[in-house]
Amino acid sequence: MGEKTFQDDYRASKIKSRIAWTIAIILALIWLILTLTPFFFMIMNSFRKQFDMLQQGVFHLPDPWFFENYVEVVTHGFFGYFLRSVVVVAISLVLMLVISAFAAYPLARMKFRFNALIYAGIVAMMSVPMHVTLIPIFKLTTSVGLYDSLGSLIGPYVAFALPMSVFILTAFMKTIPKEIEESAEIDGCNRYQNFFKMILPLSKSGLSTLAIYNGVSMWNEFAFANTFLITPEKKTLPLALGQFKGEHSLNIPINMAVLTLSVLPMIILFIVFQDKLVKGMMAGAVKG
Amino acid sequence: MGKGSSNMGLAKAKAKSTARAATVFLLPALILIAVFIVYPVIDTFLISGFKWNGISSDRVYIALDNWNTLIHDEMFWKSFTHNLIVMVFSILLQIPIGMLLATFLDAGGKKFNIFKIIWFLPYLMSSVAIAFLFVYALATNGGLISSLATIIQGKRTTIDLLGTAPNALYTIIGVMAWQFTPFYMVYFIAGYGNIDTTIYEAAIIDGATRGQYIRHIAIPLLGPIFKTACTMSLIGSLKYFDMIWNMTQGGPAGTTELMATYMYKLSFQQFNMGYGSTVAAGMFILITAIALVFNRVFKVTEDY
Repeated sequence: MGEKTFQDDYRASKIKSRIAWTIAIILALIWLILTLTPFFFMIMNSFRKQFDMLQQGVFHLPDPWFFENYVEVVTHGFFGYFLRSVVVVAISLVLMLVISAFAAYPLARMKFRFNALIYAGIVAMMSVPMHVTLIPIFKLTTSVGLYDSLGSLIGPYVAFALPMSVFILTAFMKTIPKEIEESAEIDGCNRYQNFFKMILPLSKSGLSTLAIYNGVSMWNEFAFANTFLITPEKKTLPLALGQFKGEHSLNIPINMAVLTLSVLPMIILFIVFQDKLVKGMMAGAVKG
Repeated sequence: MGKGSSNMGLAKAKAKSTARAATVFLLPALILIAVFIVYPVIDTFLISGFKWNGISSDRVYIALDNWNTLIHDEMFWKSFTHNLIVMVFSILLQIPIGMLLATFLDAGGKKFNIFKIIWFLPYLMSSVAIAFLFVYALATNGGLISSLATIIQGKRTTIDLLGTAPNALYTIIGVMAWQFTPFYMVYFIAGYGNIDTTIYEAAIIDGATRGQYIRHIAIPLLGPIFKTACTMSLIGSLKYFDMIWNMTQGGPAGTTELMATYMYKLSFQQFNMGYGSTVAAGMFILITAIALVFNRVFKVTEDY
């Protein structure tokens, strides 16, 4: 009899878990649809002629498929915006990664006065809103003659990414075993050689995650770029959207083509590096 | 004795060289943070004492006049209220949904990877792109919602989500949830991944089901991560700007105005940089105060 109740229990829990999974999958599919519908709207409309959109309705497939929108966008300066964004992000990202690794190394692995204080100070900078710094940095940029040039963005981009990156890299470098440095020291490495030969290569996975997250946010950055860049020939990709919208405000399909082209690189990079995304987050989430 | 003192000298020399190395490594980061974060924050407070259009050299010192205006500025406090509404709904929507999605993915394992990839997509889009996309997708003419309503009703129906007063703010909150939930999803996936596998094994050996493990062991272990996620969402929604700026510019009639959009309008459209700085500084004080209070309250409940 005891066996029977055990079997009943087992069957009941099996049914319960099947019901739970069914509900979970239905909810998961609903969120999937909510996630995808705007993308569907964007991509489908980017292949329509200007007036087909209202005539055919948004749930209808494009008929005929119209590729001219993309040609129009690409031949009207899109690559310029794209290239400028690549340059700014590449320079800022490399600088930011090197400088934050530099800073994290002593904070994670050296004993010196003010270590805890400096660390706390840097981490506290994470919650400073960029708007509080906007007017003074605007002032600074105009006074050193960087206003309306790509150079105006690099300083703020690097500086604002530093606190979070130092925070994550310090946590990351603390997990590297002490013995590695000690044995290197016995072999005659000084601290600087230690850093470049041991710690930096071992931090690669942490650095690559930081590169992804900060790369995405620098690629998408709007407020600094919108404030410091005025000439269309100097603007970065997030500003291209407004520029095209200004020129083709009634041509929705062209705007959808611009949007599609601007997210595409991020989606491709994400699919290539998606396992790194979670792993690096884990390093950052350890400390909470 | 001689040996002792030379040891001390050695230790001192080592401490000195450590301090020097630490300074060298830290200097670039500290300089950048000082120039682009610390100094600007101080300068914002200084500029708030002036009447200044941001361009001309004549700045008039007016002491606390700007601050007096700020305290009585209805628009500022209205914006702040909007920020608070956005904050509450962001925390209530993004974090629980992100947590549910992560739990689903953690329980399902590798076979649900395709869900993870698709669910993450909105986070890759810039706020500007999302703003433009939703302006069109929610338009009364040819937009998704109005088209859907037209099909359901069988006759032409328009639902104006961004153009009318109470709807606009809540629509923006919904779009923000669409954008940021994926971030918290990955954050909680990482949290689940950090839980020691031996804890899971022990629970299963003791006869727990996967569901029981998640409910009684994994979720409580996520506590500290939960707190960090709330802090991030809180600060993020208090300084929110990009999407609203490109979607409604604070309209209709200021009903979606946030502190950041208000500050930007004052400073870079009306070139009232003295008062714009005051708004920015007020924003800084409010955000810091709320973040501190939040952390204090959470620590108390954690330590009981």
